[in-house]
Amino acid sequence: MSASIPALIYFSSKSGNTERFVARLAWPAARFSIDSDAPMPKPDGPFVLICPTYADGEGRGAVPKPVIRFLNNPTNRAQIIGVIGTGNRNFGETYALAGRIIADKCKVPLLYTFELAGTETDIARVRAGLKKLGRQLCSTAA
Amino acid sequence: MKDTIETRVPCAINWNRLEDVKDLEVWNRLTVNFWLPEKVPLSNDIPSWGTFTDHEKELTIRVFTGLTLLDTIQNCVGAPALMPDAITQHEEAVLTNIAFMEAVHARSYSSIFSTLCSTKEIDEAFRWADENPHLQAKAKAILDTYAPGNDPLKRKIASVFLESFLFYSGFYLPMYWSSRAKLTNTADLIRLIIRDEAVHGYYIGYKFQRGYEQLDEAGQQELKDYAFSLMFELYDIENNYTEELYDGIGLTEDVKVFLHYNANKALQNLGFEALFPPEVSEVNPAILAALSPDSENHDFFSGSGSSYVIGKAVATEDEDWDF
Repeated sequence: MSASIPALIYFSSKSGNTERFVARLAWPAARFSIDSDAPMPKPDGPFVLICPTYADGEGRGAVPKPVIRFLNNPTNRAQIIGVIGTGNRNFGETYALAGRIIADKCKVPLLYTFELAGTETDIARVRAGLKKLGRQLCSTAA
Repeated sequence: MKDTIETRVPCAINWNRLEDVKDLEVWNRLTVNFWLPEKVPLSNDIPSWGTFTDHEKELTIRVFTGLTLLDTIQNCVGAPALMPDAITQHEEAVLTNIAFMEAVHARSYSSIFSTLCSTKEIDEAFRWADENPHLQAKAKAILDTYAPGNDPLKRKIASVFLESFLFYSGFYLPMYWSSRAKLTNTADLIRLIIRDEAVHGYYIGYKFQRGYEQLDEAGQQELKDYAFSLMFELYDIENNYTEELYDGIGLTEDVKVFLHYNANKALQNLGFEALFPPEVSEVNPAILAALSPDSENHDFFSGSGSSYVIGKAVATEDEDWDF
């Protein structure tokens, strides 16, 4: 995971939208297991989290439980540097809500939002953005 | 001697033993989102409706009548046609919810009509829907796929295209009016319908993917070809329908971009890649804002905007968070 900076950690349910986005992004990434008993990703450096939204009409349940459990661990939380929220604009105000909640909770920037499995434009922007973040991280570390 | 066909008794449905957790997730989402048109104060739109020209009124009524037909099809034919194909009993139960909500959607348009329109206007619009060749053509294309004996996965493709693509030539108009502060209560009601259709397209698309992944490579290729050729067929019809409706107020090109954007999302619900390139799928920002108010696309990376906005207070389940 340390080969690419920042690392990427993502949640994707069996509908697979985020997984397809990450596959096309071609950036090394660790996925949360859908199986709730499975071990959590273990970040060993700064990482960006990509998280889809599963809210009902009132915004409840937006952030998947495994992601909450993962962020409840202070060691994990200390290493998150930003979040990318995904969703569907058809859900109105709750579009990409999980990204906004995590940004707010963890006091990190909401770096980007996109719909479903993303467009070519989204892929290009996120890839360029991650590279830029990586350069900033390297220059601060040096 | 008489032949007896043994009556098959289904197992009593046990929601405490799930084969697919997505069934419960979607059931919960749909039931929490339940609504009825009476909850929306449509009569507040009467003054706004009074400012519409005759042509704008006719267009709006026709668009809503076209949407009524699609909801009627999903309610009476589409969702019930998917039920015998259900893999789990819970999926069947979710489909009964989908079928009923389609009836609520179809019924909602009549609530809008009875609030805003005369009986004569309403009757004329329903006659128009019965006779409009483009509307009838899209209904037939979908119904042919739903026919008994057809491939269950092809039915799901048609269903996702109806839920996630065919509605949008119609949904465009109330979003457009709303972006100009017209018929805003009607737009609130339409947004409730859009939210439901998004869950339907997502769920049926998810079930499609579960069936698709069981097929060998040749089977997958055949279905994918079928999906794209049906999309092309429907897209042609939608282009004609859009031109007929929207040429008169000069919105055709804007609507077509919205069609491209939604066609791509429909294909993504099935797990396929987008068809239309970004340059023809970038929707008018006013329409996007009407869809999801206060949720512009964040792009912190590009440095546009002075700084990121920390989310405003939102409904978090604090009992789950330790910090």
